[in-house]
Amino acid sequence: MSHQRVVYMDNNATSQTAPEVVAAMLPFFGELYGNPSSMHNFGGKVAARVNQAREQVAALLGASPEEIIFTSCGTESDNTALTSALASQPDKRHILTTRVEHPAVLNTCQNLASQGYDVTFLKVDRLGNLDLTALAEAIREDTALVSVMWANNETGVIFPVEEIAEICAAKGVLFHTDAVQAVGKVPINLNRTAISMLALSGHKLHAPKGIGVLYVKKGTPFVPFLKGGHQEHGRRAGTENVPYIIGLGKAAELARKRLQDENSRVRGLRDRLEKGLLKAIDASMVNGDPDRRLPNTSSISFEYVEGESILLHLSDLGICASSGSACTSGSLEPSHVLRAMGVPFTAAHGSIRFSLSYYNSEADVDYVLAHLPGIIDKLRTISPFWAKYKQAACATPGYVEP
Amino acid sequence: MWEYTDKVKQYFSNPLNVGEIPDADGVGEVGSLACGDALKLTFKLDQDGRIADAKFQTFGCASAIASSSALTELIKGKTLEEAEKITNRDIAEFLGGLPKEKMHCSVMGEEALAAAIRNYRGLEPLPQAEGEVVCQCFGVTDKEIQKVAADNDLHTVEEITNYTKAGGGCGECHDKIQAILDQLWSVTPKVVPPKPAPAKKPLTNIQKMKLIEQTLEREVRPALKADGGDIELIDIDGDQVLVSLRGRCSSCQASAATLGQFVQSKLREFVSDELKVQEVKP
Repeated sequence: MSHQRVVYMDNNATSQTAPEVVAAMLPFFGELYGNPSSMHNFGGKVAARVNQAREQVAALLGASPEEIIFTSCGTESDNTALTSALASQPDKRHILTTRVEHPAVLNTCQNLASQGYDVTFLKVDRLGNLDLTALAEAIREDTALVSVMWANNETGVIFPVEEIAEICAAKGVLFHTDAVQAVGKVPINLNRTAISMLALSGHKLHAPKGIGVLYVKKGTPFVPFLKGGHQEHGRRAGTENVPYIIGLGKAAELARKRLQDENSRVRGLRDRLEKGLLKAIDASMVNGDPDRRLPNTSSISFEYVEGESILLHLSDLGICASSGSACTSGSLEPSHVLRAMGVPFTAAHGSIRFSLSYYNSEADVDYVLAHLPGIIDKLRTISPFWAKYKQAACATPGYVEP
Repeated sequence: MWEYTDKVKQYFSNPLNVGEIPDADGVGEVGSLACGDALKLTFKLDQDGRIADAKFQTFGCASAIASSSALTELIKGKTLEEAEKITNRDIAEFLGGLPKEKMHCSVMGEEALAAAIRNYRGLEPLPQAEGEVVCQCFGVTDKEIQKVAADNDLHTVEEITNYTKAGGGCGECHDKIQAILDQLWSVTPKVVPPKPAPAKKPLTNIQKMKLIEQTLEREVRPALKADGGDIELIDIDGDQVLVSLRGRCSSCQASAATLGQFVQSKLREFVSDELKVQEVKP
């Protein structure tokens, strides 16, 4: 299949590695192959560049360089945060988290629960928001950690993590946030928050796959996940993945510069796409609180059609998006996030997530707006539920044919 | 991303026979919005009792749409008796195969066809009419699981999930599904006796008869006897093997199809792929 073009709107899944990042990494696959731990100048030069990358990441997060631990991915960072909180406070056996976390946290918590730890999964409302009073009340004497994502990967809904961190701090409980989707999209200044730990992933912000960070606030008790050598000040063993660390440093520098663009131009593209689709397509709705969302994410449901079918038609046109439908979630049920929010099945199965980035253009939005309404039309002609819906809708007083 | 064959992609992108026949002779509706896929099949017969036209409407993924369209193509021109013989495997084969996780789409086609034929005959739709719901998440009954397992030679819970979705939700019914499978396949001897020499060369009629007798004796009869039944070889006509089931087997309607499949699969395994087993009533 030859595509006329590729319109990539699946940046919450992974993002294009920025050309500047690739260029920054290349020398470290070549002549600069030294080990940063070595006691010679050849390795020492590399160590200096690793430290520079650490400073770049710290600057993006508003943190101090010594609070940054490089890991292999966001999942490792989340696993480390959860297990460290339990290992460093052996008398505390309770974890408080939400039902809409990424599997990196959700499944790890379920695994901890099966090992005998006590885990509370907080619910969210129809818009995907948490009840902070309920959260505060769920914190117990033996709560080792509260873990709440900064922004949801499927809907883009932003949680008030700074406020949650304050609640936890007031009760003397550690707070971790999976900020994989938030970093580079919302302003973050960790020095001014009570957040104890934060996970980020490189490939969501135009660095390559295979590099992540765990931020650990000064003074937070910590037990390493990977044990071995003294790398990362003894907090994460294993020889540093130097080229990727350099790449992430560069990506962090770019993200810092582009944060304004993300929140103005990219947000504008997302809004135009969303409004255009809602207007052109009957029985469509946005999932997640429209007032508390990442600037790049839109989860839209098209009722009475199924997500995988939509994605394959889009894919034939070179448009890349994702879906929370059963057929695409790798299980037989629709996404746990949409179910937790109580999105009706009619809408959950037909949900499509568009996630934009710095690299999207007005032309990309035009292209999707030109093609998606036709795809939904075609699939609805095939769907046995659409005709029934139309009959019912037409019989409703006040219904106007769109 | 799923690995779909070109034929699946073709029948998904440009499906044939989309729609609903207004004055249909048979209407079959299976699945639901909640389950994530649903199929409505309508057909019209001509004066000779052949399916003159068939149309479908499907809510579901690419393989569900392709399977539905394939089904309509497969049944057109057939009598209901011929159409009834179409199984989910025929649908999958027509499409050049489906990913194993998507086999339930072909099963949905077979079920819609059965429902439409029952509707034509004035019968209640299956499978909700019969059996006990095992999987609450997807509303799958024990009868449905038994049939799909027997038809497709399925032995694990995972396979049942791939073919029927049962067990694909909360997972609480996994033990029940396993129990159904254990019961179904308990007729199969756990310890397989030494296999007769694999038949590679074309067999003479006498060799074939001997091998069939041998296979029935070694592979089939002990299993049936364990269940209070027996089998008798009546005749071999070309590739048709006529057998008679005796004792408890002969009166057990529910397991007749299962037994036929079991005997046939054993004969095909040990004698020849062409063999067809037909039951003769004593």
